[in-house]
Amino acid sequence: MRAGKRIGITCHVASVLGTNGFNSPTYFPSPDDIVTGNDAMLSLCKTEGDIARMLVTVNPNFTKQALGEIDRCVARDAVGIKLLASRRADDPLLDPICERAATHRVPILHHVWQHRRREWPNQEISDGADLARLARRHPGVTFILAHIGGGGDYQHTFAAVRDVKNIVADLSGSGVDRGMLDEAVSALSSQRLLWGTDLTMETGLAKLRALENTGLSSAEDIQDIRWRNANRIFDLKLPRTDNPPAAKRPPRTAVR
Amino acid sequence: MIDINTMIGPYPFRFVPHPDPELLERVLDRERLGGAWVGHLPSAFYRDPNVGSSQLYTALAPHSAKLRPVPTIRPDWPDWERALRIAKDAGAPAVRAYPQHWQLGPSDARMSELALACGAARIALLLTVRFEDLRQRHQLDVAGDLQAAAVRALARAGENVRLIVTAAGREFIEEVHWGLTPDEQRRVVWDFSWVWGPPEDHLAKLFRTVGSKRFVYGTHWPLRLTQNPRANLDLLPDDVAKAKLADPDKLFAN
Repeated sequence: MRAGKRIGITCHVASVLGTNGFNSPTYFPSPDDIVTGNDAMLSLCKTEGDIARMLVTVNPNFTKQALGEIDRCVARDAVGIKLLASRRADDPLLDPICERAATHRVPILHHVWQHRRREWPNQEISDGADLARLARRHPGVTFILAHIGGGGDYQHTFAAVRDVKNIVADLSGSGVDRGMLDEAVSALSSQRLLWGTDLTMETGLAKLRALENTGLSSAEDIQDIRWRNANRIFDLKLPRTDNPPAAKRPPRTAVR
Repeated sequence: MIDINTMIGPYPFRFVPHPDPELLERVLDRERLGGAWVGHLPSAFYRDPNVGSSQLYTALAPHSAKLRPVPTIRPDWPDWERALRIAKDAGAPAVRAYPQHWQLGPSDARMSELALACGAARIALLLTVRFEDLRQRHQLDVAGDLQAAAVRALARAGENVRLIVTAAGREFIEEVHWGLTPDEQRRVVWDFSWVWGPPEDHLAKLFRTVGSKRFVYGTHWPLRLTQNPRANLDLLPDDVAKAKLADPDKLFAN
């Protein structure tokens, strides 16, 4: 919250990942840890007020509990669902969760790497192509691909999700490769990108500043990435400006 | 402030926009940086980096007021001592070496010879832990990261050795720093282009433990956003917000 205040963040959309590895693996949280984490996030939202909004974390291996947690937390103002790497994104076990997201009209933020080329320990990681298969099965749900700076071949990701319009991507992650933002805007348009930080808030601030130097985004596009896309997708009801919301304007794809 | 970790030239494994000295100068102006130490990115992958060094000297000549050359020297290449003399004559404040790309192990005597020769010439030896995140590397990019043991070995090589280690993370820095004597610690400075900020606050922790005077400013341009180290400094907690960095031009002052 200290760093967020200094950056100028007016709304944090966040999740707590179980016990972050203390009792069960971060990416394979046990049902008990899921509840512990979600309760912690609910408590934070209550303490901090509207500046903190919640994604409800679920493990799709425990379908009944996952659906129950979604209902419980959305009833307490969760604005989206967080999926980690407990099950590959295109697995049928994710379908009931997507259906519940559609019922509640909330987006799903799915943790991915860019271009999965092998298995990695402690997670069942997905990539853009995996998420694209899931998103095509659920065209009425918005999927947030988290996160293009999260390591990996983001160029592979852009190619994999470019034509799957119900996937948007966030910019967060420790990766700050030059060219990444330009290529993201070029491939997905500013209306399909969300600003975020993940575990490295300095890289978030760097990207926030760099957006103005890409030469690919107009001032309006930058506002979309900074907050308006998030306001629309999460239905945050943040104060409107005089500018037309992103959804009312045609997508602007930059030309290199 | 000087950016000690910049390079020009293309990268073999992905497109990098405009890795040119002209753009670097504009970026330095935009970021209000006084100058940069500039390496030649393709030289890390050339068999003979001397060819790349020639390109570097030529490219930077029109920009000598702000950009200083940091050529690559490969100590397993014949007559590398001549390349060091040329670097000295060209006013290079440091030379770059990539032992992991040349398959020179952590205790390779040739790297120690280079470090000692650089020290005798009062030129720093600049090492790069990584160019890219491990998870996005090209299938042909098999060099791996620099090992902390390699840095410790070079820091122990002699009292005149001065090392600048770029693109290291917190764990790497701590593994080296706390594995050295106080005298040896003073021979090593780090850039923080790859050190995490809040919420884990790795940079703040390192400033409190290792000391901010063991760090210099480096961006890893053109591979990484120049805005990142500045953002990291801007988000430091209050107790270390005004911590002073080392002056890279005074590495041989003590």
